Amino acid sequence: MKKVAVVGYGSTKFTKDELSIESLLLESTKQVFDTTKNLSQDIIDGVIVSTNDNSKYLGAILSELSGIKPKISHTVEHLCSSGSSAVISGFSYIASGLADTVLVTGADKIGNPGQILEWDKSRGEYDHPIYWASMFTKAHKRQFSTTDEELAIVSAKNHKQAMDNPNAYSHKPYTISEIMNSKNVTDDLRILDCSYSCSGSSSILLTSEENAKKFTDEPIWISGIGQKTNSASFTKNDLTTLSSTVTAANDAYKMAKITSEKIDIAEIHDAFSVCELMAVEDLSLTEKNTGASYIRNLFNTEDRKINPRGGLIGAGHPLGATGIAQVVEITQQLQNKAKNRQISNAKRGLTHNMSAAATSSTVLVLES
Amino acid sequence: MNKFESELKAGNFVTSECTYCDRIVWPPSDYCNICFKEVSWRKVSESGIIVELSRKENDVFCITEFESKIRVMGKLNTKINAAKPGQTVKLTKCLSNDKNGFFFSLENNQ
Repeated sequence: MKKVAVVGYGSTKFTKDELSIESLLLESTKQVFDTTKNLSQDIIDGVIVSTNDNSKYLGAILSELSGIKPKISHTVEHLCSSGSSAVISGFSYIASGLADTVLVTGADKIGNPGQILEWDKSRGEYDHPIYWASMFTKAHKRQFSTTDEELAIVSAKNHKQAMDNPNAYSHKPYTISEIMNSKNVTDDLRILDCSYSCSGSSSILLTSEENAKKFTDEPIWISGIGQKTNSASFTKNDLTTLSSTVTAANDAYKMAKITSEKIDIAEIHDAFSVCELMAVEDLSLTEKNTGASYIRNLFNTEDRKINPRGGLIGAGHPLGATGIAQVVEITQQLQNKAKNRQISNAKRGLTHNMSAAATSSTVLVLES
Repeated sequence: MNKFESELKAGNFVTSECTYCDRIVWPPSDYCNICFKEVSWRKVSESGIIVELSRKENDVFCITEFESKIRVMGKLNTKINAAKPGQTVKLTKCLSNDKNGFFFSLENNQ
């Protein structure tokens, strides 16, 4: 299997604007061409688009709009983790030798249809994500005595970190008190504990080891991949453990030949505050039932190890772009190009992206 | 519309089951996801157990488990403080119009 590197990237600002899906896709793609040396259209032999948008044939449309005539071109949809699933597709084409250089671009619009899984009849009328998030949060409170303050710290940290992300949806800091006193969505969920669907696009350029140095002096290698689907219906889930994340993380660490202690920085799928508390435990970044104290310590010491770009809560969640935006952030961190968000001496990072209440999860390990 | 949805529209909460594997097939499907033989359909027991619950404004909602296998989310007709996980509830109504709906009440005024 060939080694695969991230050698270029681009991201739009995440906004409330109603932009066309094609414009969004093209905008972050243009940035890849603007910022990657020696890149021309004829070198790219794969174009993968990730989105939940209802528009069709977007891989071919983006290719045409970008002047690319790839061998391989298609769209990937996997709800909230469409982006990281598309990265895995691009990786696989290169690793297998079917393609050499692949553009992976994800985008969604603010009103995208990927938030509701209509097939899942077990949710009854409670099909919006706030309901599964309320079940997770209530169960977490019940089992681990998690407090509203501990949940609010996740949001306060990620909103604060998003201040240094020029592409973030939110550039407003919130105090723990403001978050705890923000509007009750349900008894167990405040509005500021929720991420927001928004418009945005992110792109990465992947290539093989033979080509990597042509595009950058600092290729970032995808060294571990783990993906697990347990079900599609939410109500089968364990409510206090992201079991698909546990499996995906273990597989990614195994492929990368590392343990979780080697992870210097992580982009985590904080669709709601409780998800970050659960994920840091289920990714083995801290022990079970220590997620809240772990995040509190990061917040108190201004350590940006978890969600340096502000997570989904601070940066926003354009579904098809999110997994790719996470990879862009880890790439910038490992290249020491994250500016005000930069953590020191990061050698190895992780992205965690999940769908439909963690019925499936994807974990990627990246290394400099 | 599959059998589950057409029965729900008629006010019946049904599940698929595989008589060959002797197991409930949930979520509802036309074929067993072990042996792929065609399923049969039957009504679900009216009594279930609360798995977890919360409230949106005055609307208490919960996950309820039936027959140790079938879980659905629905509306619980009680005060939030009167209910907790592990309590037995009864399915009082189910429907399907634009969306599915399941309605529960605490059994025997627990």
